[in-house]
Amino acid sequence: MAEAIDWDWIGRHGDDIAAATLAHLELVGAGVGLAVAVAVPVALAVRNRPIGATVASGTATVLYTIPSLALFAFLIPVFGIGKTPAILGLAVYALGVLIRNTVTGLRGVPAPVLEAARGMGLSRRQVLYRVELPLAVPAILTGIRLATIETVAIATIAVFVAGGGLGELILTNGIERNLFVTPIVAGTVIAVCMALTLDLLLVGVQRIVTPWSRRIATRPDEAHG
Amino acid sequence: MSLLADTWTAFTENEGWERLSQHVRLSLVALLLAVTIGVLLGIACSKGGPFGSFAIAATGLIGRTVPTFAAMALVIAFTSIGFWPAVVGLTALGIPSVLLNVATGIRGADAAAVEAARGMGLTPTQVLGRVELPLALPLAFAGLRSAAVMIVSTTALAGAVGAGGLGVTIIAGLSNNQTDVLLAGAIPVTLLAVVAEGIVLAAQLLTTPKRLRRARRQAQLLGRSQ
Repeated sequence: MAEAIDWDWIGRHGDDIAAATLAHLELVGAGVGLAVAVAVPVALAVRNRPIGATVASGTATVLYTIPSLALFAFLIPVFGIGKTPAILGLAVYALGVLIRNTVTGLRGVPAPVLEAARGMGLSRRQVLYRVELPLAVPAILTGIRLATIETVAIATIAVFVAGGGLGELILTNGIERNLFVTPIVAGTVIAVCMALTLDLLLVGVQRIVTPWSRRIATRPDEAHG
Repeated sequence: MSLLADTWTAFTENEGWERLSQHVRLSLVALLLAVTIGVLLGIACSKGGPFGSFAIAATGLIGRTVPTFAAMALVIAFTSIGFWPAVVGLTALGIPSVLLNVATGIRGADAAAVEAARGMGLTPTQVLGRVELPLALPLAFAGLRSAAVMIVSTTALAGAVGAGGLGVTIIAGLSNNQTDVLLAGAIPVTLLAVVAEGIVLAAQLLTTPKRLRRARRQAQLLGRSQ
């Protein structure tokens, strides 16, 4: 595989590669950020309502089932092409993982703990900020980690709606130029490295933010891929 | 409503049925191969000691970080455009979720049950076939479900890089900026993914013994985690 790579091309297109990488990071950041901004309030709203929680998780699961290319296609008639549909599409996917994890985390707060907090005279708001949210943070951060890794991968498809990113290397420079292997490999390697780096960073954040949970690493969703 | 009518026309005019059946064929062949290989490798990994653990961790990492689109593009770039190269790529992408779930399921099988089976004099193969695999079934089905949805979804991307199927219609709609053609590809692909997930769910229900199902539901009602 090494001799199939045209190192010269990489040298000559350093700027393009850097630009695509930055654009990719932007897509991932905006997509996951938007998803977090939606998922956390939704999860908070449904945390004490079993039916609401089921509906929210169910909707997230259904959205998650829509094939990525089709999802982007559905957004085009409404939002046109460019970064907007790309970011929205990525956010919808990230929502799937985030809502499930956040709801699980919030609903997983042990009832005796809540009772004790109320018994100590904490108001509802205080219980939320001092007990429920801190206890749900590990699950929420795990959700953000899984969503980020996944969004890095799915963002390679944004190129189909002219959203830019590493997909540009893979599709525009690679596939559409007679299956030119070099940019395809470059795009793949950068995407994998980006996912690993972001994952490590988020693990670091998780450790700093939740020093108490270092021993009880909870990873609810891992086994389901 | 006229958009739906236009979409239907676009579907039939763009060889909709042919592409749909091609999509199903690609996905089915890849899924069958991925399940067969994934289950075998999953068993091997779960029994493989530390090397198996390493293989499981590595598969998990690769499966989650390599973009499916990039993987399809690589496979096609290094082989050629067509049915079988696409099947190879799709199979490779489907294997990790099956493998991981089967391996996790077997490793997570109730140790007491395994011990009891051994004590009853069952050979290792019998323990695997009669105790460990049945106990791993729920997780294995979860893996099968995500593999099925993922393969149907990625087949659309394979179409975008020349392997046929409904992805071809979506790309045609995208490049000509025709909403009806776009939807004529996107709607059937979505339905296909939903149906695939539904079929696996139904299969899971049918293969779970009635009493076990009832016991699980009761456990859930009592608030015990499974």
